Amino acid sequence: MSQSLVDDVDDPAEAALGPSRPVAAGPVPDPGRRMDVRRLLRFVVRRPGLLLSVVVLVLMVLASFWPDLFTSQDPLKGVPSQNFRGPSGSHWFGTDELGRDVFSRVVHGAQLSLEATLIAVLVAFVVGGLLGVVAGFVGRWVDDVVMRFVDVLLSIPALFMSLALVTALGYGTVKVAVAVGIASVAAFARVARAEVLRVRQAVFVEASRAGGARWYSVLARHVLPNAAGPVIVLATLDFGSSILAVSALSFLGYGAPPPAPEWGTLISDGRNYLANAWWLTALPGLAIAATVLAANRIARALDGEWSRQR
Amino acid sequence: MTDERENGEDVTTPLLEIRGLSVSYRTRGGTVEAVRGVDLDVWPGQVTAVVGESGSGKSTTAHAVTRLLSANGRIDAGTVRFGRHDLAALSEAELRTVRGARIGLVPQDPTVSLNPVKRIGDQVAEVLRIHGLATRRSAPAEAVAVLDRAGLPDAAVRARQYPHELSGGMRQRALIAIAIAARPELIIADEPTSALDVTVQRVILDHLQRLTEESGTAVLLVTHDLGVAAERAQRLVVMAQGKVVEAGPTRDILADPQDDYTRHLLASAPSLTTARPRTPVSTPEAQTAPLVEVRNLVKEFRLPRTGDGPRTLRAVDDVSLTLHRDRTLALVGESGSGKSTTARLVLRLADATAGQILFDGTDVTAAKGAQARQLRRRAQLVYQNPYASLDPRFSIGEVITEPLRAFKVGDRASRLARAHELLGRVALPSAMLERRPAELSGGQRQRVAIARALALSPDLVVCDEPVSALDVSVQAQVLELLAELQADTGVAYLFISHDLAVVRQIAHHVAVMRGGRVVETGPPEELFTRPRHEYTRELLAAIPGGHVPDPASETTTSRGAAS
Amino acid sequence: MRRYVIKRLTQALGVLWAAYTVSFLVLDYLPGDPVTAMAGAGMDSGQVDPKQIAALRHEYGFDKPVLAQYAEYLGRAVRGDFGDSVSTGRPVTSTLADALPQTLQLTGAALLLAVVLGGGLAVLATYTARRWLRQLLLSLPPLGVSVPTFWVGLLLVEAFSFRLHWFPAFGNDGLTGVVLPALTLAVPTGAQVAQVLAKSLLTALDQAFVETARAKGAGRWRVHLRHALRNASLPALTVVGLLVGQLIAGSVVVETVFSRDGLGRVTAAAVTAQDIPLVQGVVVFGALIFVTTNLVVDLVYPLLDPRIVVASDRRAALA
Repeated sequence: MSQSLVDDVDDPAEAALGPSRPVAAGPVPDPGRRMDVRRLLRFVVRRPGLLLSVVVLVLMVLASFWPDLFTSQDPLKGVPSQNFRGPSGSHWFGTDELGRDVFSRVVHGAQLSLEATLIAVLVAFVVGGLLGVVAGFVGRWVDDVVMRFVDVLLSIPALFMSLALVTALGYGTVKVAVAVGIASVAAFARVARAEVLRVRQAVFVEASRAGGARWYSVLARHVLPNAAGPVIVLATLDFGSSILAVSALSFLGYGAPPPAPEWGTLISDGRNYLANAWWLTALPGLAIAATVLAANRIARALDGEWSRQR
Repeated sequence: MTDERENGEDVTTPLLEIRGLSVSYRTRGGTVEAVRGVDLDVWPGQVTAVVGESGSGKSTTAHAVTRLLSANGRIDAGTVRFGRHDLAALSEAELRTVRGARIGLVPQDPTVSLNPVKRIGDQVAEVLRIHGLATRRSAPAEAVAVLDRAGLPDAAVRARQYPHELSGGMRQRALIAIAIAARPELIIADEPTSALDVTVQRVILDHLQRLTEESGTAVLLVTHDLGVAAERAQRLVVMAQGKVVEAGPTRDILADPQDDYTRHLLASAPSLTTARPRTPVSTPEAQTAPLVEVRNLVKEFRLPRTGDGPRTLRAVDDVSLTLHRDRTLALVGESGSGKSTTARLVLRLADATAGQILFDGTDVTAAKGAQARQLRRRAQLVYQNPYASLDPRFSIGEVITEPLRAFKVGDRASRLARAHELLGRVALPSAMLERRPAELSGGQRQRVAIARALALSPDLVVCDEPVSALDVSVQAQVLELLAELQADTGVAYLFISHDLAVVRQIAHHVAVMRGGRVVETGPPEELFTRPRHEYTRELLAAIPGGHVPDPASETTTSRGAAS
Repeated sequence: MRRYVIKRLTQALGVLWAAYTVSFLVLDYLPGDPVTAMAGAGMDSGQVDPKQIAALRHEYGFDKPVLAQYAEYLGRAVRGDFGDSVSTGRPVTSTLADALPQTLQLTGAALLLAVVLGGGLAVLATYTARRWLRQLLLSLPPLGVSVPTFWVGLLLVEAFSFRLHWFPAFGNDGLTGVVLPALTLAVPTGAQVAQVLAKSLLTALDQAFVETARAKGAGRWRVHLRHALRNASLPALTVVGLLVGQLIAGSVVVETVFSRDGLGRVTAAAVTAQDIPLVQGVVVFGALIFVTTNLVVDLVYPLLDPRIVVASDRRAALA
């Protein structure tokens, strides 16, 4: 609808507040942090989906650091006589062909998979973010060179790029993680550059420059803090897509060697028993989907709702 | 707008009769009541103007007539009688036979109100097709005829073009064509010209007036500009905070406003007030050395390369200016006249192509490094848009002390003390130091921006359209503040504005710019009373309300003579 | 117009060249010694005959300086020769060409499904006045982008092949064989199309020209399809262009899940065998697909959006 309507809603108070009639100085807000934390909590609790997402991610992180909190069964040793048991009270996710507890394998797999994901996001964030900030802030030929390079990276489909890197680097969790991370460097570089450019051209940045601030202080105090938001949102989104990419590569068999219980490997193993043991594929996949969904939901909240509320 | 129409025609029943209208918007923060119990009549063949500042609910009222509210808006109560119908109670399908056919809408911003991917002619023809007024075959020709009637030159050519190929004024004519295509009985015009340059505004409004007078169409004109309303409307409705505070014949309201708010609005409307009396100049300018001297300044921009090789645009073309301490020099012109570029060159925010800039006797045309920093310390800037010029993450205290930090003036405590003092200067409470810009109103933010500009006690402050983003009543206060600060500190202002009415209130000296050149300079009294250049005369004529007889002295004069 | 096309073509070739260079750097230089890897790939045991290595090194030109190798490889690649596959000995180009039709059939079907289902979902979700339906529809795309493709494929096989016996679980047999793989591949793509289109539809519906259309007395369908969708489809088109490359790459996973022959399985096998020439061929082919689709999108764009004028037309408009 037209802008006037939005304005009408936004500042009904403004027109009336003549500066000759200074605003009643309301209660001075609590200095900084605690206020924000309380608001954050209220924001999350009011959105059940978001709350659930936060809980899922917290559980996943706990599982990756202290798997014993969730299960006492050994993920690697099975009881052959108890193989192919369906989900039950004693085996939540059932057992596999060697009688190993699938739930325990999923919990222990979280460590490998999330570790790989974090490495991937970190690589992409640091390398891509740095390229983007340099390109956006320095400009001129540096910008041209960096962005042409980024265009080339973008032109190679991410999965092909990761596969090429895996071919070159070899197999293993960390190598797969690095391969996935490098494949999303381009996206980070683009967003970071776009944001830096947007903020750099903002009037308040010029105002600061006109006020005599030096370039490094403009960069540190104005540009980076205001440009960080969308990059952090992208990092959260990238967390989700990196889980998918890492598990796809381990599904294809390029991750940690067996019997390590990486999530993708679990599903790949279960595939052989698809006809008679559905839980071997369905339930580990559910763990992946839940984690990615949670990360994406949080990214959406960071991107839209939370920033809009501020 | 003749006496005959106003008195002679059958105006026994209003065409549009709004009673007890209440509209609210549901937002995350709760329900906002934008319009509360509004009564409003529009008589056949008359122009009724709804005047108010932003947030007054004037636009919402106008849109509620045909229920074109945004998805979160709702009519809570009231009736909108139009002919035999209550529009507030009609079904959506019935309402569609009224929209476009019997009530036309001229929207606010012509630059975004046309579908960018459809041809102009098709967009006009669509109204005719929807209401069955033309066949697929006859519609294109009729659309051209309507465009022609709306005053679009070369209508047949324009009809085949897309919106982006037309200027703002031409687009507004296309939108007027859409509104009048089906010959409606009522046209709702929502700030129809506020997004256009002043000279274009007048032409468009004149044409709209002529069209509606010819066809006897009634107009509900929504505007924030009392000058426009006074000049065009037979009846005024003044709104504030969702309520009607005063309504009646324009003449009566201008002559004898009953409500405090109306009086306040009248007093602060720049186009209706004359130059404020200024204290006589104590020292003749010639005796002091000029603070800023600009000689034959030129700035060229390189345009994107087309087939004809590199091209350049002369944004500033041989401009010379002189500004003394304690004085205000106004640069006036429409968008693209080069006034802002000139100011940016003076501040060394851009490099001049040719010419010379002297600041306090020193040549700063190509100042770099330490010299440029010294200039920054003595010359500051206040921007047009106070919403964009403050870092949203900074507290007000950080904003104001930033220049002090940049030049390492004092320690934390003394800087904070200075911020307190500056806030007091611009009449804001000290409690605001902890707030963020988002918590402040536009006027308050502009005061903060002024405080920041004054932090280093500069000799020169460049004000780039400092009040054009503000409501009129706030405008007047900010202008007053600027004048006071000048009297206290002796700062010189380079004041950039498109609004001659604003300039009249603050400038000691005016330079009118057009197409990068200064076409006329002089003190405002002279320039306003005896303009020499054709363009200055055009600008003056375009000030809305300029043609309204002074309400105080001419209450009984027939208005027919004025139009 | 012709100048514009030539300019875009040159840019596309530039990107292809750079993509080749990147793949050359990554594959031939990153691991240190590709020959050992290649020689090792051909044999089961870890032991490699030094003579064999030297022979390979000579054959692949690794005993020459880097730049000379690069120039030689690039020269061959320009002529369409990416060398021979290490594991099969067949030329890379013909290996890819043989595998391509199967994959194009799969990705073509997936793209069609993605655009129809994703686009339909977005239009319906933004049109409906029923809150619950809108919320339900809008919650599907986030779900679609969050599930692993291989998992979706396996669940579909479980349900439609093993339980209902509607479609074959594996192989390349005819039209029924392509349904499940195409659906699997369409899930994330369609979800992204739906997300972008729904978002841009909502943005378009919020713009002032929509109000103008409503003020004309236009009905909701008319406003939705003739005004909003026309504007909103432009960003969606860009996204579709970007997704085609992703679809081709996605075939690696989907063809593995459904044991279909095609480019994807060739790629998976090549990576497993560390068949560097073949992988390099695949990477450059991926870039070729990406560059081509974007070229097509760029050329179609001015037809849909009159605001994008190509340089020569702009002069005509000004005259």
